[in-house]
Amino acid sequence: MKRPEPLEIFQPTSLKAASTLVKEQGPGGRFLAGGTDLVIAVKEKGYKPKYVVDLKRIPGLTGIRVEKDGSVTIGALTTMHEVETSPVVLNKYPFLARSAAEVGSVQIRNRATIGGNMANATPSADVAPALIALEAKAKISGLNGERTISLEELFRGPGQTNLAPEEILTAIVIPPASSGLRGDYIKFSPREMMDLAYVGVAVALDLHDGKQCRKARIALGAVSPTPMRARRAEALLENQTVTEELAEKAGAEAAAESKPISDVRSSADYRREMVRVNTKRALLNAVAGEPAFWVERRDRRY
Amino acid sequence: MKKKIQVTLNGKKTELEVPSHRLLLDLLRDEIGLTGTKEGCGTGDCGACTVLLNGKPVNSCLIFSGELDGADIVTIEGLKIGPEMHPVQRAFVQDGGVQCGYCTSGMLMMSKALLDENPDPSEDDIRFAISGNLCRCTGYAKIVKAVQDAARELRNRRS
Repeated sequence: MKRPEPLEIFQPTSLKAASTLVKEQGPGGRFLAGGTDLVIAVKEKGYKPKYVVDLKRIPGLTGIRVEKDGSVTIGALTTMHEVETSPVVLNKYPFLARSAAEVGSVQIRNRATIGGNMANATPSADVAPALIALEAKAKISGLNGERTISLEELFRGPGQTNLAPEEILTAIVIPPASSGLRGDYIKFSPREMMDLAYVGVAVALDLHDGKQCRKARIALGAVSPTPMRARRAEALLENQTVTEELAEKAGAEAAAESKPISDVRSSADYRREMVRVNTKRALLNAVAGEPAFWVERRDRRY
Repeated sequence: MKKKIQVTLNGKKTELEVPSHRLLLDLLRDEIGLTGTKEGCGTGDCGACTVLLNGKPVNSCLIFSGELDGADIVTIEGLKIGPEMHPVQRAFVQDGGVQCGYCTSGMLMMSKALLDENPDPSEDDIRFAISGNLCRCTGYAKIVKAVQDAARELRNRRS
């Protein structure tokens, strides 16, 4: 396996110092969080960063916090393993915890961070659909202060974000959850967490009396250049009772909205079909609630 | 672009001067001479290079030496308790959890990390924990049994 070429690794201790470094050093540098994407890009894809700015010495970028208004802030350098095992996340958004548990191995999840995963902008990133379904926001720090955008807006294309070179993603903020929130995330991948998602489907429903759907959010991974919302499918569900028939219709709509490509993992047609099936399953799972789950949940041991 | 770092390596404070871009795996094997840690895939899929970094199992093939100042690193060479093999090591030998041996050091580090966190893991817990450690010889059955036996031994010692 190829080895990285000599490079400078800076370890600034403040956000301002990190952004200033990038401005001074010029283009061709890269921020480093857990390194599980960056080092692989260097070793496997011949990526040659001119320099690396390690963010791990900057205080305040890790941890999961419930704010006074009920929103939840997840620091960008919080590891996937911390998200997966956080009592706050498990209690409020179990499907987000599950999506983090779907990322790579234990070893990878001990290093990979939620912010690094988002800033790397892989269309198949497992936590992205769950976070987008929760309408999460991205907090960004730059030389001219902070800005907050919706996470959905952060992504521009495969590996592309709306971050300026010196801007740093500092936190993910999940707005306060309604007590009727029910959700699910399904990673469709024959090799489970050790392979990328062929298709990822997250749904978040606000259910009244456990039935009537007041609000629906459906987010899809690996089926368009960026993680995407299936807005027409969402519209079909709002103010309706989610039955098997309606879930089927919403699944078909989501499949029609998706824009998958064919690659080594699967054909575009297969991906579309898997969006249809798994959107339906995720919706019915969400309505059934945990841990009961809808009976036709895919048996993953095949 | 050498960098001075201070790490605790297998319990001993160690000062090193390392090129920042050198991977932890290469630092251990080529510069320090601890060749128990193996390279399999080099891309974080196979787990052969697993070491404990600040108590947590990680892939040493994906970490720059330049990130390591202040780190606590435990490799397979640091697993023994004094002159005695760690119960996980003994169980692997006893149960035939070792065949060609290439995955073994990574498998042992992962198993130790699992048992530190969960003294009584179910078979599912064990298989979930080692899903990032590939073994092409054993079919995993004997490895799982070895981890279960080591867990029992460690529990007996505690009580």
